[in-house]
Amino acid sequence: MSALSQKHLLGLKHLLKSDIDLIFKTADNFKEVLQRPIKKVPSLRDITIANLFFEDSTRTRISFELAEKRLSADTINFSSSGSAIKKGETLLDTVRNILAMKVDMIVMRHSSSGAADFLSQNIEASIINAGDGTHEHPTQGLLDGYSVREKLGELKGLNFLIIGDIKHSRVAGSDIPLMLKMGAKVKVCGPPTLIPKYIEELGVSYEPNLKKALEWCNVANVLRIQLERMDIKFIPSLREYSLFYGINRELLNSVKKNITIMHPGPVNRGVELNSNVADSKQSIILQQVENGVAIRMAVLYLLANRN
Amino acid sequence: MQPRVILDSKKLNITLTRLCHQLIEQHKDFSESAIIGVQPRGVFLADRIYKKLAQILNTKNILYGKLDITFYRDDFRLKSKPMIADKTDITFSLEGKNIILIDDVLYTGRTIRSALDAILDFGRPADVELLVLIDRRLHRHLPIQAKYVGQTIDSITSEKVKVDWKETDGADKVWMTEGKD
Repeated sequence: MSALSQKHLLGLKHLLKSDIDLIFKTADNFKEVLQRPIKKVPSLRDITIANLFFEDSTRTRISFELAEKRLSADTINFSSSGSAIKKGETLLDTVRNILAMKVDMIVMRHSSSGAADFLSQNIEASIINAGDGTHEHPTQGLLDGYSVREKLGELKGLNFLIIGDIKHSRVAGSDIPLMLKMGAKVKVCGPPTLIPKYIEELGVSYEPNLKKALEWCNVANVLRIQLERMDIKFIPSLREYSLFYGINRELLNSVKKNITIMHPGPVNRGVELNSNVADSKQSIILQQVENGVAIRMAVLYLLANRN
Repeated sequence: MQPRVILDSKKLNITLTRLCHQLIEQHKDFSESAIIGVQPRGVFLADRIYKKLAQILNTKNILYGKLDITFYRDDFRLKSKPMIADKTDITFSLEGKNIILIDDVLYTGRTIRSALDAILDFGRPADVELLVLIDRRLHRHLPIQAKYVGQTIDSITSEKVKVDWKETDGADKVWMTEGKD
């Protein structure tokens, strides 16, 4: 297998295991490129990529932009503030206008679930979903899987736990299909109000008790409480959430197991994760960020060369 | 056309020994030199050259790296599928070094053009020389020449030159055939 089965990267649920293996293998090569004195290859020098961020982002946006520059692509950046969106232009019109200026690929973040999927049905260019509402964040899922593989060898047979706001999490939306496809077991843990009703139909189990869930897992991905996506109160207070579902050193020490801790960022320190865990050797949060660039280079490279 | 053997195992070994002595003549004890094999097929030749040099000079201190040039190629968008890279393994700086670039067959010169670009991303070498086992001298697309050549052959485009190694193909052999395989 030497080509992706998909033209776009809309969600990990559409990828085959062989696609994921190919992305990981290609990311290994780019990780080596990033260690060189000159961290740049000319592969995409004839490609122009538009980064459309209709929703705020620091990490993902910088990571994509760096990945594009390391591949020598030309990039343009767009954010909805200060744009004609404010004048009432539709998403499709905005994108068609950008593509009319000979842009080859689109990286898009949008607050509406399915926005990338909608675009892919209406335009020719390759689309990479950089997070759509509460649906998927495929490059985050890939870099999570890649970072775990790097730390623990392989994903097959691992017990992968996701803690927190599963309902609003596009990271969980991508981590779950990735881990299941790669042969890991997945459990979610969090207050019942933040767990999707039919989660078990995905092949995922639910455990309301954090300590029991930690005793089960090898890797725990701690999600951020996304207050901006909660239009009603799903939890009584942040303090109560932290008390029942926050990860701290004492709790981790009481579980007699070496658990790898992940977080997609940005961390609410003291809410879902305490500093004495986030900054410890058990955490691979910064490795996740580092691997993000190599993973995004791999995705861009494989999609750009697919034609 | 029947496949024609250009070098059998015995002749190949003699050629490799000669190439090694030519290298030693130029590079003395290799203290300022580094061997770089081009992935994927050039690495088999580079492995042999490296081992032979280490044996003749009785040292383990020769710098040896492997270079993949996939991301530097000029034809990747012309192929129907993305080209998948091999491992690049260069753990030392190439700054100021005398580089011996090694590939099995020199044909159009485009691979070596890409390799020269790739090498510069690891530092600025003092100079770069090229060693190849087979030089198909009539097919060059670029002004690139090897300094050390195992054997020069005249061939036509439809002919293919294959280099087999004991490690992967069962026997050491260089042979020529018509058409695709």
